[in-house]
Amino acid sequence: MNWKLARKAPKLAARAQIIQKIREFFSSRGYLEVDTPVLIPAPAPESHINAVEAGDLYLQTSPELCMKRLLAAGYSKIFQICHCWRNGERGSRHLPEFTMLEWYRSDSNYNDLMTETTDLLRYIAGTLSTEGVISYKGLNVDLSGRPETLSVRDAFARYTGTTMEKALEDDEFDLLMTDLIEPRLGNERPTIIFDYPAQKAALSRLKADDSSVAERFELYLAGMEIANAFSELTDPARQRERFLQEIAYRKKIGARIYPMPEPFLDELGEMPPSSGIALGVDRLVMFFTDSETIDEVVAFTPEEL
Amino acid sequence: MYTVADLKKGLKITLDGDPYLVIAFDFAKPGKGQALYRTKMRNMITGSILDRTYRSGETFEPASLEDRKMQFLYKEDNHFVFMDNQNYEQYRMSEEAVGDAKHYLIDNLPVDLLLFSDKAIAVDVPNFVNLRVVQTDPWVKGDTSGSDSKPATVETGYVLRVPPFIEEGELIVIDTRTGEYSTRVKG
Repeated sequence: MNWKLARKAPKLAARAQIIQKIREFFSSRGYLEVDTPVLIPAPAPESHINAVEAGDLYLQTSPELCMKRLLAAGYSKIFQICHCWRNGERGSRHLPEFTMLEWYRSDSNYNDLMTETTDLLRYIAGTLSTEGVISYKGLNVDLSGRPETLSVRDAFARYTGTTMEKALEDDEFDLLMTDLIEPRLGNERPTIIFDYPAQKAALSRLKADDSSVAERFELYLAGMEIANAFSELTDPARQRERFLQEIAYRKKIGARIYPMPEPFLDELGEMPPSSGIALGVDRLVMFFTDSETIDEVVAFTPEEL
Repeated sequence: MYTVADLKKGLKITLDGDPYLVIAFDFAKPGKGQALYRTKMRNMITGSILDRTYRSGETFEPASLEDRKMQFLYKEDNHFVFMDNQNYEQYRMSEEAVGDAKHYLIDNLPVDLLLFSDKAIAVDVPNFVNLRVVQTDPWVKGDTSGSDSKPATVETGYVLRVPPFIEEGELIVIDTRTGEYSTRVKG
């Protein structure tokens, strides 16, 4: 018997239950579950996201572009739970093939999603623990109240010896975020860290009163990045420009260049003001099952196949 | 020359002239950001621990160390004694320097000893080692869940979790990379 696999049964059961709760939550709020192709000709060009090639096509790195085409065609509240692939990403919180939950709403912005994401966490927690307090690796994270909210700029001021602007200039933004900021987020209650530098959010709308930052937020639980959200960029010309900047960066570092997603750009102009969010289901299950590594919450890791 | 893609637990590199062993490694990537490679390294001479985070494109010099085939002879006070299979020279290592490998050192176990300036600084045991269970509670009949575990002590004094059907006196295979039970030795 594969003893290691057999021992995963309780966590795989919790995983199934969490996914079922996610579906319940969105159905009860009038969201339509959609199912878009995983095999696509043109993943979104983003600086640091690499797709897995499949013949002449690619496995999706996210269902984002197809879901936005649905928004543009008038589908106003949609969600999807699907597998995504990101080449070369393997660590204690990364699998090259992982499960993503994405949802999008028209006529909303990222503030609405902050509330809705918090509601979702509370809904799942309510079915697992009556108090809404989840123990994770010695921490007690309280999901019952309001999350902590902190701008990226304030996070750099509070937790690093430098500023967000200086960190960007010195190419130390990601390093400081990983080493000094992330471990401090979401340890007592969820933390929402918002308003990322414009260059860190290729598909996001810039803030009206401060174009140096984008309306993007990330939600953290126990130091772990769980979800990433935007007020979506809906201007096709600006979106093309942002993609071209990402492509230029990819060329500079010698990364593969993907075709421009033309059908998406063609239809983007018809997309109403919307917000959207991507949430890592495996990490959410890690959090709710007190798991140290992502390996513990999937039946098989790539190394075991 | 190593690149970040070569980084993994057990890699030995030179940093500021000293040999370092990578003892923990993880891939990290802040949302939409660049790939980062977090390492924890032990100076193989002083034992001091260093945390470093690297980015794509960085390179490393391999540590110039000599690996020699040896066997474990015996433990004396707080030292472990090994013998070179070729020239019968003996090398001593402190319990601290041996580290987790001490859980698997049984007489005559073939090992790779790492030498830096003719001083043994690390020991590598085979990935799988057979060890005899010297103590474990009996299996409660009727428990057929198959997914429970219980503690067992093996002949080196190491305690690990094993499936309930394992009995005292049995030989089990341990994966030394994880320290976990792998399978029982049949027959």
